[in-house]
Amino acid sequence: MLVSIRAVIGRDLRLAMRRQSDIIAALFFFIIVVSLFPLGVGPEADQLRRLAPGVLWVAALLATMLSLPRLFADDHRDGTLEQLALAPQPLALIVFGKVIAHWLVAGLPLVLLAPVLGIQFDLANDALAILALSLLIGTPALSGIGAIGAALTLGVRGGGVLLSLLVLPLYIPVLIFGAGAVDATLSGLGAQAHLSLLGALTLGGVFFAPWPTAAALRIALE
Amino acid sequence: MLEVSNLECVRGERRLFAGINFRLDGGEMLYLQGQNGSGKTSLLRMLCGLTPAAGGEIFWRGRPIGQLGEEFRAELCYLGHQNAIKEELTPLENIVSAARLAQETLDEDTAVDALERVGLRGREDLACRYLSQGQKRRAALSRLVHERRALWVLDEPYVALDKAAVDLVAGLIGAHLQRGGLAVLTTHQPVAVPAAALRELWLGNGDAADVRDSSARC
Repeated sequence: MLVSIRAVIGRDLRLAMRRQSDIIAALFFFIIVVSLFPLGVGPEADQLRRLAPGVLWVAALLATMLSLPRLFADDHRDGTLEQLALAPQPLALIVFGKVIAHWLVAGLPLVLLAPVLGIQFDLANDALAILALSLLIGTPALSGIGAIGAALTLGVRGGGVLLSLLVLPLYIPVLIFGAGAVDATLSGLGAQAHLSLLGALTLGGVFFAPWPTAAALRIALE
Repeated sequence: MLEVSNLECVRGERRLFAGINFRLDGGEMLYLQGQNGSGKTSLLRMLCGLTPAAGGEIFWRGRPIGQLGEEFRAELCYLGHQNAIKEELTPLENIVSAARLAQETLDEDTAVDALERVGLRGREDLACRYLSQGQKRRAALSRLVHERRALWVLDEPYVALDKAAVDLVAGLIGAHLQRGGLAVLTTHQPVAVPAAALRELWLGNGDAADVRDSSARC
């Protein structure tokens, strides 16, 4: 079981490394969107600090969305998805591996970049740490939930827009608790409660999402 | 081993075929023929369990394939229209990662050997996007060199191949049948496969299809 998950992750990471432009595009999107806000809103430190958690989290959601349509589309187009569906292990297990690989490529870089970008918003060190922590805990849920949407819109014309309409509403709880954790730190309350709820969302999202995703993929392959 | 009873296929509003019955045992090959759009690919995908049948049942070793699930898939090798080749990876990486995903152990030497057999020597480390259509097909077919699963389902395996490669693939299928394997394939090219028992199935116009045993090598 672990072997096949590792095989999927290894393959997807290798493919991502051969096609770095995709990763870099999503990262630059994140950097630019976040950096535009201080320029547009003005240099008042108080206002920026209040805006920071929401802006960083919304930008992270959108950057994750950018890479979702290709999660299964490439495999679908070249016939690899059929082979994965016919592999002698549950398709959900393979999907789980793909979700992990997607997070490593699309989610983890955001976690690493966020504290640097947070400096533009005059966030204190503890808030920056909580920001990175909340993204670390929350972004796997984005990949997990996003996989369901990516599978449901597979092969649909104009699937990208439909995917955002399907998935963004489902991201709302993650956004609320993720940004809420940073807000709570800024206002001196602990972030513990928010982070715990965020962790629960991620556990649910990552461990239950592969089954509906696998079912949607099988329908797409019919 | 593979038994199909009363299989029916409906695509949209159209009934492509119905009442298909056949039985295939070890060492036998089924040669699926019919015009474009007669449902050959649909039938193959049903045999793999990718497309659910509109009616009828497919049995493998006496049990419905839907029930067997992973057990059946562990004995199935499917090669579709698409090559399932990743353009960014080299042929070698492609077949090694495909084998790993299918839970088979394929060491690098065996993989290189398979690629040499299909005539991709010297191209092992070239990204597949630089290969021609025929070479990509060869890379996909190199899976068959060391494939020991019992049931091969091949959709137009000879497309885009040159004469030498077609003969090679026919030889691989023949060797597979001699080992007691089963093969179901579609093709529009008459190719001689050294098979002991060859059956032909014609898919017609929505009527019950006609299964013929042919002892002649076609």
